[in-house]
Amino acid sequence: MMEPVPPKGMGPLARREARLAWGLLFPTLAAVALVVILPLLAVFWIAFKPIGLAELRPPAPVVREDIRGDLEEGDPDAYLRYRLRNSSQDQAITGVTLTDTWPEGLSATEMDPRCTLDGATLTCDLGDWEGGFRDQIRIPVAADPSYFEGPDVEASEPVITGRANNVLTSFSGFTLENFARIFNGAEFWSVLGVTLFYTVFGTAGALILGLFAAMLLDKSFTGQGILRGLYLFPYVAPVIAVAFAWILLFDPYSGSANALLMQMGVTSQAINFFGERPLALIMVTLFEIWRYFPLSFLFILARMQSIDTDMYEAADMDGASPFQKFRDLSLPQLLGILSVLFLLRFIWTFNKFDDIFLLTGGNAGTRVLTVNVYEQAFALSNIGAGAAVAVVIFLSLILFSLLFFRVMSREEGL
Amino acid sequence: MKLLRLGYVTAPLLGALWGCVIATTVAVAMSFATGAGFRPSWQALPWGAVMGLACLRGGRGTAVLPLAVGAVMLLAAGLAGVSPIAIDPEAALLARWSGTFATVLFSGLGLWKILVKVTPGKLTRHVFEAAVIRFLTGFGYIFFTAIVVIPFYVMVMTSLKNQAALVQNPLDFSLDLDQGLGLFRSYVELMRDYDFGSYLWTSFYVSVLTVLITLAFAIPGAYAVARLRFRGQTLFSRSILLIYMVPMIVLALPIYIAFSMTGLRNTLFGIVLIYPVTTIPVALYMLQGYFRGLPSEVEEAGLMDGLSRLRVIWSITLPLSLPALASVSLYVFMIAWNEFLLAFMLLDDPGKFTLTRGIASLNSSEVPRQHLMAGAVIATLPIMVLFLGLERFMTKGLTAGSVKG
Repeated sequence: MMEPVPPKGMGPLARREARLAWGLLFPTLAAVALVVILPLLAVFWIAFKPIGLAELRPPAPVVREDIRGDLEEGDPDAYLRYRLRNSSQDQAITGVTLTDTWPEGLSATEMDPRCTLDGATLTCDLGDWEGGFRDQIRIPVAADPSYFEGPDVEASEPVITGRANNVLTSFSGFTLENFARIFNGAEFWSVLGVTLFYTVFGTAGALILGLFAAMLLDKSFTGQGILRGLYLFPYVAPVIAVAFAWILLFDPYSGSANALLMQMGVTSQAINFFGERPLALIMVTLFEIWRYFPLSFLFILARMQSIDTDMYEAADMDGASPFQKFRDLSLPQLLGILSVLFLLRFIWTFNKFDDIFLLTGGNAGTRVLTVNVYEQAFALSNIGAGAAVAVVIFLSLILFSLLFFRVMSREEGL
Repeated sequence: MKLLRLGYVTAPLLGALWGCVIATTVAVAMSFATGAGFRPSWQALPWGAVMGLACLRGGRGTAVLPLAVGAVMLLAAGLAGVSPIAIDPEAALLARWSGTFATVLFSGLGLWKILVKVTPGKLTRHVFEAAVIRFLTGFGYIFFTAIVVIPFYVMVMTSLKNQAALVQNPLDFSLDLDQGLGLFRSYVELMRDYDFGSYLWTSFYVSVLTVLITLAFAIPGAYAVARLRFRGQTLFSRSILLIYMVPMIVLALPIYIAFSMTGLRNTLFGIVLIYPVTTIPVALYMLQGYFRGLPSEVEEAGLMDGLSRLRVIWSITLPLSLPALASVSLYVFMIAWNEFLLAFMLLDDPGKFTLTRGIASLNSSEVPRQHLMAGAVIATLPIMVLFLGLERFMTKGLTAGSVKG
């Protein structure tokens, strides 16, 4: 008699199931790889490259072709001109060749030494070009009557090729210059400080307001649904709409907030809410709190409504007061969702770009890391430095995510 | 702390605070409504305290004695000119009267409800805390409603006024109803001169396409993660969350470069290509949670009857998960409709703008601000209508997806 043993390895059915699973997942995996993983690798690559916005296109030879003089009149001085230039001002192109097809009836009376005409095909070997190179080829030409019946010489585009060293794709020219530039100077540390202030206070504020709002709505009364919908407005409205509404509301010259404060005697002169140094940072943090408290509120409310009411009844029997019930029953129950929310919101606030970009553009001491990416890459036209900041952001995020997953695995299920 | 729990301390204290809250609220509301000079006065404090004393309950829950005393004191205060809000004497008579009336009414009614069971003598902990909580609740409703409503109110009203009137008095949002349809002048001008009709259409079809593509990718993926067994399943369901922790700006940079090099920049095709990828992870995460909750017995029955897996998904799982599909679609639609960063970086040609990109282009000193706000309203309105109409789905979608910010 043989001992019964469990089957080893995967059976054919299990294998078929796994194959189907990967098949179903493949489109998603491919898309994510293409748009998330690849760009991330690219960011790391670019961060080590000295590259500016202007160098995104590799240097290329450029040619323009035209006829000077009137061929129809039989002008003896007529010539075909190719104007040549290197698109880059500082990088060389090697082995440039030009080919062009001439129409029927056009013939050269004299040939440039660099070029040969083989039948209807003109080939020129133009050698190596320095950065900023410019030149012209002039070929005196004459035309038969048949030329005027066919297409013009300019109808066929000349083809020009050359090898250029593309900084973006070449395997050499790595540098730490970008990192040196962004870490150098007090600016980076002030950006980091601003980011931390914005992230910590924005997250904590949104969480506290969300908790408060959730407690308000954690009872049924007429109009509860309407209020809940209303309190979600800041979150569902397009950021661009609400950001501009805030800018108008707090405008120093014609904003209603200033008019109101002046009328109430709080201030005697208009306050430039988004333009003064410490105030602007506080304002963007308040905006962040305002815009994202609905999210915390929604989650906390969902959790609150799933807490067992028996516990509260028992506490009532024991004579616990409302505050005691909140502190000793509700808060411990909510601690899980609060910590998960805190970490999630922390990461997303850290990643936030649009809000500050729209409100202040990173001016008046509100430049956070994400805005710095944009600032370096597009305002200062230094893509490499922008990518270096992005790498810094990404590394900090990995750190936060590790923390997040440790909390998540304790608080299984969000 | 003990001292606080005496009825004749609690009542005037909460009364004074509540008086301030109501006076400020009424002043702000009246200022925004009429543009006239309303402001809360410090006299709201003593005035509210007296009001609080007046609302103290007598022995059997009646209020005969304190109410009488309070009424006399309030009358005396009124005669002496003590008022919780100061009103510009040039304001219209109706505005002055309704402001005062609203203050008295709301502070009285509110305090009467807040101070239920609060008697003059020593209070039990329950009664005291319940009163404080009722005060905080009232304050909370006013506070949250105000902070949510004011920016949207300013947005809508600004779009209906003209710049000159607003610069003159930034608080005067009263509408000149005689203009009739002329009120909507900035909307008409946006549609006619700034091509907002086409932006609206572009945004709409880009969002719808994003929803369709996202669903086409996310449904099979979510089903695989939720139902099928394969190696790396748990790792996979976790790393989905990781993906949407990658900041958009970090990805936007290489995407910008790649799109510039391949000529996809400044095309709507590129936008439709990139939007779904930002939403697929969220949609996948939301859907797999829902699929897990479906009873697998129904699907197994289908398999037993000889359906293939794909048939099972199509004719059993999907019809069962229509509510979840609705929430996911709404949520993805909202993300795509509101998206700003990628549209801003990738689109330069005014003929191809989405709505958010179009509004961003209005933000210059040459464009009057009522146009900017009208644009904001045009972008906000469809999403609000969708949201209010399908609030149940939306709320569920927002919670289930744990939501990208």
